[in-house]
Amino acid sequence: MSVAIEPITGRYMQVDIHGRPHRLYWEEAGSGIPLLCLHTAGSDGRQYRALMNDPAVTDRFRVIAFDMPWHGKSSPPEGWQDEEYLLTTDGYVDLIMSVSRALELDRPVVMGCSIGGRVVLELAWRHAAHFRAAIGLQSSAFVQRYFDLAYLHKPHIHGGEVCAAYCYGLVGPGAPARHRWETLWHYMQGGPGVFKGDLHFYSIDGDVSKSLAEIDTARCPLYLLTGEYDYSCTPEATRATAAHIPGAEVTIMEGLGHFPMSEDPEKFRGYLAPVLDRIAS
Amino acid sequence: MIEHLQELVNGNPALVHRGRWTNADMLLEVGDRGHVVAIRQGRIEAVRPVEMNVSKWHFAIRASTEAWAEFWQPMPKPRHHDLIALIREGKMRFEGDLDLLMANLLYLKLVLEAPRKLEGTA
Repeated sequence: MSVAIEPITGRYMQVDIHGRPHRLYWEEAGSGIPLLCLHTAGSDGRQYRALMNDPAVTDRFRVIAFDMPWHGKSSPPEGWQDEEYLLTTDGYVDLIMSVSRALELDRPVVMGCSIGGRVVLELAWRHAAHFRAAIGLQSSAFVQRYFDLAYLHKPHIHGGEVCAAYCYGLVGPGAPARHRWETLWHYMQGGPGVFKGDLHFYSIDGDVSKSLAEIDTARCPLYLLTGEYDYSCTPEATRATAAHIPGAEVTIMEGLGHFPMSEDPEKFRGYLAPVLDRIAS
Repeated sequence: MIEHLQELVNGNPALVHRGRWTNADMLLEVGDRGHVVAIRQGRIEAVRPVEMNVSKWHFAIRASTEAWAEFWQPMPKPRHHDLIALIREGKMRFEGDLDLLMANLLYLKLVLEAPRKLEGTA
């Protein structure tokens, strides 16, 4: 019998977020500069599985990915059954800062995708002193709603099936099948209404346009990487966002879609490596 | 492309299995030509051209000839590679019983992508 045990470890923390107790799950691998990774709406930290298995990264970086409350193996807070989950800008920033402080991370790099790519802009603005650098994947200041989100949470439509269907075409058409379908599986496993609740931030509450010009990239360097097949956060949207941020650097990733680290990790690492080299140097 | 849809779907057991609870008549409009695709338990029972401007269906998916031609390329361009991408671009419309359409969206996306295998016939 042969077995390959991955270098990733997973644990739970009990942490107060906005004064409310939460039980959160996180995974990590490697040592060195903390690299705090934020998953997309409706998914979980497994999107960073390849990064945590890449010695070229973990030799220099302590890669950390937590599941947001309501996502993955993290629980919703007590009393959730009587609430509608809606992610807001303030709540999201508070969550990330609470986790970073709970783990006592020393000037981490923060890297987020989609809603995570959005919130790193807000973090770079509000908390430049806390972060060594910010990497936004599929990052833009705002995305107007282009589809009725109600379909993502209706009792007679299977939530897992429809969330995966919604995201199916956000994966680049050339992505390897096993990574495409693993990425979609995470969506199929999401809790009812959670993806929709995250998109409240993405398309309703989370317009960060007003803070862009005040982001100081001398204090917190900002790198924006966007896949060319993303029709939700398009390359044009990323470029338009970066145009308002002096010093922000944009890379468009050929062939990739909305989930670069998960849909095609091999292709993505070619784009991420030079960014990590610069941060580590 | 539409003429090949029935064999492409019915010859794909995994796709038929995915759609085993899907029963719907879908109007597929390519430019000014419409066909009603009759789906029964994941198989395509018939593809009938709309005649005399009279048709009956549960939901419709409509786009121009050009939009479908790009969608059916083996490697379509960004923003033309997905039904919702085309919706966002204003190049496709969903109409009718949208709950039924959305409940079966993953199956329908795979059905409508099937002609991409027919390289060179776009």
